[in-house]
Amino acid sequence: MARLTVNGQTHNIDVEPDTPLLWAIRENVGLTGTKYGCGIAQCGACTVHIDGEPVRSCSIPVSAAEGKQITTIEGLAQNGVLHKVQQAWIDHEVPQCGYCQAGMIMAVAALLKQKPRPTDAEINSEITNICRCGTFQQVREAIHAVANA
Amino acid sequence: MNMIPQIDRRSFVLGTTAVGGGFAFGLNLPFGGPEVVRAQDGSPEVNAWVVIRPDDTVVIRIARSEMGQGTLTGLCQLVAEELECDWSKVTWEYPTPGQNVARKRVWQSFSTGGSRGIRESHEYVRKGGAMAREMLLQAAANQWDVPASECIVDKGVITHKTSNRSTSYGKVAEAAAKLEPPKDVKLKDPKDWKIAGKSMKRLDTPDKVTGKQVYGFDLKLPGMVNAAVKECPVFGGKVKSFDAAKVSGMPGVKKVMKVGETGVAVVADTWWHAKTALDALPVTWDEGEHAKVSSDSIAQWFKEGLDAEQAFVGNQNGDAKGAIASAARKVEAVYFYPYQNHAPMEPMNATARYTPDKCEVWVPSQDGEASFAAVLAASGLPADKCEVYKIHLGGGFGRRGAFQDYVHQAVLIAKEMPGTPVKLLWSREEDMVQGRYHPAMQCKLVGAFDKDNNLTGLHMRLSGQSILATVRPQIVEQQKGRDPLVFQGVADSGEHAFGYTIPNLLIDHSMRNPHVPPGFWRGVNVNQNCIFLECFMDELAQAAGQDELEFRRKFLAKHPRNRGVLEAVAEKVGWGKPAPQGVHRGLAHMKAFGAYVAAAAEVSVEDNGNKIKIHRIVAATDPGYVVNPAQVDRQVAGSFVYGLSGLFLQECTVKDGRIEQTNFDSYDSMRIAHMPKVESILMPTGGTEPWGGVGEPTICVAAPAVLNAYYKATGKRIRSFPLKNHNITFA
Ligand code: FES
Ligand code: FES
Repeated sequence: MARLTVNGQTHNIDVEPDTPLLWAIRENVGLTGTKYGCGIAQCGACTVHIDGEPVRSCSIPVSAAEGKQITTIEGLAQNGVLHKVQQAWIDHEVPQCGYCQAGMIMAVAALLKQKPRPTDAEINSEITNICRCGTFQQVREAIHAVANA
Repeated sequence: MNMIPQIDRRSFVLGTTAVGGGFAFGLNLPFGGPEVVRAQDGSPEVNAWVVIRPDDTVVIRIARSEMGQGTLTGLCQLVAEELECDWSKVTWEYPTPGQNVARKRVWQSFSTGGSRGIRESHEYVRKGGAMAREMLLQAAANQWDVPASECIVDKGVITHKTSNRSTSYGKVAEAAAKLEPPKDVKLKDPKDWKIAGKSMKRLDTPDKVTGKQVYGFDLKLPGMVNAAVKECPVFGGKVKSFDAAKVSGMPGVKKVMKVGETGVAVVADTWWHAKTALDALPVTWDEGEHAKVSSDSIAQWFKEGLDAEQAFVGNQNGDAKGAIASAARKVEAVYFYPYQNHAPMEPMNATARYTPDKCEVWVPSQDGEASFAAVLAASGLPADKCEVYKIHLGGGFGRRGAFQDYVHQAVLIAKEMPGTPVKLLWSREEDMVQGRYHPAMQCKLVGAFDKDNNLTGLHMRLSGQSILATVRPQIVEQQKGRDPLVFQGVADSGEHAFGYTIPNLLIDHSMRNPHVPPGFWRGVNVNQNCIFLECFMDELAQAAGQDELEFRRKFLAKHPRNRGVLEAVAEKVGWGKPAPQGVHRGLAHMKAFGAYVAAAAEVSVEDNGNKIKIHRIVAATDPGYVVNPAQVDRQVAGSFVYGLSGLFLQECTVKDGRIEQTNFDSYDSMRIAHMPKVESILMPTGGTEPWGGVGEPTICVAAPAVLNAYYKATGKRIRSFPLKNHNITFA
């Protein structure tokens, strides 16, 4: 059993404590916005926030997330208002297939909280998600747009 | 080609509950009857492409698949343009492959590959929109008892000026649906387009930023179980034995089974449980006859092909061999392009539910009809008992069209558990070792010069793997053993025609097909052919002591559209003018998938040439017509990411008959830090040549442009890839 707080709601789920948080979120909590891409902390598709920090959820066990505040893409909008990163993603038409974008948006939202006006170099070192469709040009453009808004 | 099952029944009822985009409808299809064909919500179908709801919502049917490339929006724009409807009221749905079969393929091809989504269907989807418009106008005219020619429509509102009456599409759709479709319609001149040709916003963005978009990986059905699968890692091998008892007591495990002769699967309550048990399952493989094959043995075999007597000719004029024999000077180079895997972000998956009366599959597919054929084959059921529901893809890139191995597996597993929906997900590791790989190829090029430094002949010998020999053997058979696709970008004519007029030309292929299964990888064979040809054109220019642009232009006099794109990028990048300190430039161009494309790259190097910084790439695309410029720009930039990831980072090597790379740690992909600034020039020249595609063409020009610039920066000519094998990385 594990007790997880996801997007402000507490869930008691029946999993082995070493289950990766990603799969507990997807299969036990039932929120599928957080994606699997590699399972080895390489791609960032599974990025969630734990106590506000970006974490690749495929690579930490459920036990390490108990008692903490987990935010997934489904919990990023507040009171029905999209997060400014989500809105910028729509305005700049960032997604192609979209599969990597939940993780990308979570990583960017965390970066902007830390550094509201990131330089290109900071974007380069902090945003290391893989996007096979190749949306990076729009990702960068949208980050700067949010920062300069 | 795909097996297209035939059904010859007068009436065929389809009821579907598809998940994932509100695209649920059931149809009662009275062929030849007077009844209106209805979508599941009861709204009338004006024709196969257009359903109009009473509230004026226009539902456009999309037969091709959306995998990120924007085809869905582009096709809607084309239909809406002719329909003259209100763009803000447009929505869409996928018809199912089963319905297509039942309705005598009214939606034609579902195949979404080869950059064909729009270029191959624009005419009949526009006609669909135009015919529906005519019927809607006629219905209004009938109501008012006036000639249709006196009625006009703007944004779905029909007006009869003289009597000052108006109505809307939603109000007359029911009546329109009962009318005979017009025999023929005239399509608009693209110059008059208001919706097509414009950067309309994609219709599928919002759900992709909130986590709401359901991909195949995310599907949930009542009572569903999850499966993980492992195929024999040596292609062509089989399962010898496995010890189910070792894992059947593990948490959540419901079933451990063989999948066909070649794979094993574990079914469990969750996928994590299934995968954990599968990883622990002892399996002994019968690795078959290819267990000793390695990248080295393949390379040796290809190398022999570079000088082999027998070869299939792809393009020939004059006497290249004679020109080379009598040359005053020869330039020769050998290139190599590796195996690569698609690795779309969403690994392969399919969900199947089987009963003896019905087999249904939900799958992210580039070709719903290929999926349908796989369901028929695996289930053994007839077409009227099978159905496929398409779901948006988390990337395709050619892996999810012709190849439906995961559908086959999902159905075989579901057959063992009748009535229970089974969701089969592949791990990234399975995706990496069970790919349908970009074929490996070697190439020897020989250029002949006379004593005045004129190029008098060129021989380009390809040696390596054919995709079609494995995937479309009938075509290769028709061509007496030749694979015409191997010559993409250097062919004697057509959508992949060679762009230069060179005296005494020979381009031929020594076919060598290792056991590694090949596939169509975004750009397919233009990837390597453009590197081979366009890097060698630079080598020839340099050997002749000529400017690389001027050298090319001499052979482009008869190819104005080729020349057009090349000159466009040269001008924009500032070719011939000084570059910023330390920055060097390279060019490349090609005709691919019917589009003329070119790139000019600006790079600098660090660390003795071991690090490359790509500052910017100027790209030009002339596909004839452009349906959504903003989306085309994104395809251009995205294709560069895919192609440059391949150039720098990606190789699937073979050892003991299997692929060695198992995840993104050993098969890396470009990150935002490596992304050059991409400046896209769209220069559609219109005309009557068939439209070109845009998803793939530009992928091939980025790599040679960068390599040519790298040579300028370092004097080093790299001829085998990926660059990481030379310890060269992104700066
Ligand atoms: S799935 Fe977690 S980093 Fe790739
Ligand atoms: S948008 Fe498709 S992988 Fe990033």
